Amino acid sequence: MPHRDKLSRKLAAKGGVRVLLRDVKRGFTTGVEAIAGLDLDVAAGSFVALLGPSGCGKSTLLRLVAGLDQPDAGEVAVGDDHERPSIAYVFQDPHLMPWRRTLDNVALPLELSGVPAGERRERALVALAQVDLADAAERYPRELSGGMRMRASLARALVVRPQLLLLDEPFAALDELTRHRLDDQLRALWIELGMTVLFVTHAIGEAAYLAQRAVVFTRRPARVVADRTLDLPRERSFALRAEPAFGHEERLLYDALVRGEAA
Amino acid sequence: MARARPSHLDTVVAPALALAAILAVWEGLARALAVPAYLLPPPSAVFAAAAHDAGALASAARMTGGAALIGFAMSAVLGALAAIALASSRLLEKAFYPYTIFLQTVPIVAVAPLLVLWFGPGLRAVAASAFIVSVFPVIASTLAGLRSVDPGLRDLFRLHGAGRFATLIKLEIPSAIPSIVTGLRVASGLAVIGTIVGEFVAGFSEDSAGLGILVLSSYRQLRTDLLFAAVLTAAALGFALFGAVNLASSRLLRKWHPSELDR
Repeated sequence: MPHRDKLSRKLAAKGGVRVLLRDVKRGFTTGVEAIAGLDLDVAAGSFVALLGPSGCGKSTLLRLVAGLDQPDAGEVAVGDDHERPSIAYVFQDPHLMPWRRTLDNVALPLELSGVPAGERRERALVALAQVDLADAAERYPRELSGGMRMRASLARALVVRPQLLLLDEPFAALDELTRHRLDDQLRALWIELGMTVLFVTHAIGEAAYLAQRAVVFTRRPARVVADRTLDLPRERSFALRAEPAFGHEERLLYDALVRGEAA
Repeated sequence: MARARPSHLDTVVAPALALAAILAVWEGLARALAVPAYLLPPPSAVFAAAAHDAGALASAARMTGGAALIGFAMSAVLGALAAIALASSRLLEKAFYPYTIFLQTVPIVAVAPLLVLWFGPGLRAVAASAFIVSVFPVIASTLAGLRSVDPGLRDLFRLHGAGRFATLIKLEIPSAIPSIVTGLRVASGLAVIGTIVGEFVAGFSEDSAGLGILVLSSYRQLRTDLLFAAVLTAAALGFALFGAVNLASSRLLRKWHPSELDR
């Protein structure tokens, strides 16, 4: 069936894109510098945690990468120049539209880019299934728990098959158990789909558990105080959190954060 | 545990009992103190007058109701459109919003003769009066609603390349509906008031003898019982319009908005 083929091609992972920041500067109108000369090179398909104290400019950085904000100076490049990369953003809060059912919330990005209704629905259902939320498709956001809303928000990001997934402290407001589950789900999706992931967090354990590489920032204006490829296995499970190697990485990130505070 | 829901019996029976009590006290006092009927007729006399002049009352109510409905509909449509236009640009809002407040502060009784000059006495002038009195709350609340869209959703729409029209239709207007409804509630009562005031000045024409005219003519004949009946009918019209807005509101919002849940 040609229709099926076309759909499965659209559902297929598109891999990741490289993200390159060169001497990026961004200040606020109040005169406060959020980012003062930042260089960062993120390889295609890698999972990078951006770690730093609250209000250090991490969110500003993510918005610059997403194209929601423009730098005052320097260059932000995502992917090559030939094709506009597909970028998805998961915010700190779910930001679902309360007047739409979960399915229609998840399908929104497709709707905005003019995908026909039938295909939208199929793809949104696939994305919901990927975050274990297929049952909630017809429910309204207010009928979902906090963790389910966040998963719906994640499904809405995945539905466009992003080559770059940006997450801004997405699970910070959730309880510990829910957060660990979502961490595992996110990692599984990354391994399956192969997109580049930039994950902003202020939680050391979460950064170490999720990422291949952790970039630690100073207080505002954000500068890189440490940039580490984590010496941990690719497959991760809860047991890893008790391993000495994990504790070691956490310790290194902690020290870097402390240095960043003092800087 | 399910919370005890207020029963429909309570919401209907309680106000009905209160009304009966008020009428009984009014009737009793009017009789006991032998108040002259031209000052304060007892309810029984008011009902008798209403029954006696039912034809005149009904045709006046039709005129007033029609004019109020036209004025209200114009407020709803033009007010919302004006707010959408103002919300489309900060400059436009800054330039014109102060003058919409003029609509709120203009003494309608003073302007009504002007309406007679422009539209001639009759329905058009009366409906224009209803419109002028009731449009401001619609503009103000629609504008407030359009301005208070979730910024995260705004970012999401931008990220996925939504145009201005899509953002307006799919995000801004749905977000604004709860406050638009609030504005319409206020406007529904004001439209009837504006109609009566308009009739006082501009309602002297064969085809538009509304309740305002009936109030004036009963007053001249010292038929206070009929005057009361006309005033109560006008109040009932306002009440009905308000009820219709509430009904529409609960239809629109009951699935998702906190104001309409668990009613």
